Amino acid sequence: MKLVMAIIKPFKLDDVREALSEIGVQGITVTEVKGFGRQKGHTELYRGAEYVVDFLPKVKIEAVVGDDLVDQVIEGIQKSAHSGKIGDGKIFVSTIEQAVRIRTGESGDEAL
Amino acid sequence: MENQIFELQYAMDTFYFLVMGALVMWMAAGFAMLEAGLVRSKNTTEILTKNVVLFAIACTAYLVVGYDIMYGGGMFLKDIALDGAANADALTATVLAESAKAGFGGDSVYSNASDFFFQVVFVATAMSIVSGAVAERMKLWAFVLFAVVMTAFIYPMEGNWTWGGGSVFGLYSLGDDFGFSDFAGSGIVHLAGATAALAGVILLGARKGKYGPNGEVNAIPGANLPLATLGTFILWMGWFGFNGGSVLKLGDIANSNLVAMVFLNTNAAAAGGVIAALVIARMLFGKADLTMALNGALAGLVAITAGPDTPTPLMATIIGAIGGSLVVFSILTLDKMKIDDPVGAISVHGVVGIWGLLAVPLTNDGATFTGQIVGGLTIFVWVFVASFITWYVIKMIMGVRVSEEEEFEGTDLSECGMEAYPEFTGSRGSGL
Repeated sequence: MKLVMAIIKPFKLDDVREALSEIGVQGITVTEVKGFGRQKGHTELYRGAEYVVDFLPKVKIEAVVGDDLVDQVIEGIQKSAHSGKIGDGKIFVSTIEQAVRIRTGESGDEAL
Repeated sequence: MENQIFELQYAMDTFYFLVMGALVMWMAAGFAMLEAGLVRSKNTTEILTKNVVLFAIACTAYLVVGYDIMYGGGMFLKDIALDGAANADALTATVLAESAKAGFGGDSVYSNASDFFFQVVFVATAMSIVSGAVAERMKLWAFVLFAVVMTAFIYPMEGNWTWGGGSVFGLYSLGDDFGFSDFAGSGIVHLAGATAALAGVILLGARKGKYGPNGEVNAIPGANLPLATLGTFILWMGWFGFNGGSVLKLGDIANSNLVAMVFLNTNAAAAGGVIAALVIARMLFGKADLTMALNGALAGLVAITAGPDTPTPLMATIIGAIGGSLVVFSILTLDKMKIDDPVGAISVHGVVGIWGLLAVPLTNDGATFTGQIVGGLTIFVWVFVASFITWYVIKMIMGVRVSEEEEFEGTDLSECGMEAYPEFTGSRGSGL
């Protein structure tokens, strides 16, 4: 089992969700997050004074998937979240040791 | 028959006065929303508390002594019931005699109680101006103490010299000697409120982080622009009562036409203010700054308040537009001078209040620039000196500013102990 975590542009969330559903991902967790990368922040204006917003809003997607699906999921996110402009985000993959479905007690791939 | 017409006229003028007063009362809601929108969310509860408390204090203090200082009527308004008549039966006879003396088209005869009601909401307006300028860093109870002095004494004194017809410490009379003309209070209400705010801000200092060590001006964006916009619209609406009610009479053709003209001009000036402020903000900053447009609307309204009865609609629009232009430059200039005013109250009500006074002679032959300048200066000097002393004494007794840590945490917690938006308080009783 792998945890695929992606930081994406918020407006791409619907596209990514659709792409993952098509691949067969059963569930994802989405969090609104803020941060910066190479895009850095941007400046805004209030009553004539400029100020820098250091942390930009992004969406974090987490999906735990079976080993067989990982490559498809990564490719799906990469394609659907892609705008070609700076700030598109990143995908991280890590190994998950165990998973349990609370309702039934199923574990491992069965729980996904 | 004539007596019955006089009775109806009395009823109509009193009713009109009360409705206009209720509209002005509603401006308290406008100030509360405007200020709640332009401060950070951690100071919302506190600014709302200030707004509701200052309104109550203004009403009480003005009832106790303020009205008596300004117009007479005795402490606790003991002499104004029944318009001075001995009993309810005598009231009709008293009013009819007064009405017959004034004549149908003459001075307005209305209930004294309605006069108090109309005047008291103006006091609250003047005090509301102060709360925005000192927002986000002043101690709640220092502000409350100042509100008592301002509404019981400082405002009624200058009100007596102007609308009350009294002389300035027996030295000169603004009305008789100088022909000072301030129809609904660009100077008497707005400049006075802004001057008290200025004195407070000078003693209080800027919010932490507003000005950098190398002269940079940092933005501290307001938390809720929808609220600020709603507040501005409420003020705009209340202003029809502020200016329209100041005609003092509705009950004949000439006066009801004048009321309509005042409504029209008040609205035109506000519109002119918005357009001018927005265009100038766009030219200066490259973006359409909503908060400047909102300040522009209020600036237009303040500008026309000293004389909404005499300009043509075009002239009213221009007077408002000049007010809207002034306010943008004034806000930027005050920031350069490190006078931190989170909502722009000193610019909107003070700087533009002065412009409003000076604009009167342009369309009103009864007023002169000299008279307007003397009147404006009298109000400014009196309110500034009296306010500065009051703030200073309060500072000596209890301090006017919250601690640096409290300011960082927000005055909601340090002064009121509650947050305005307590969404993440834990599982018990929070609804989560």
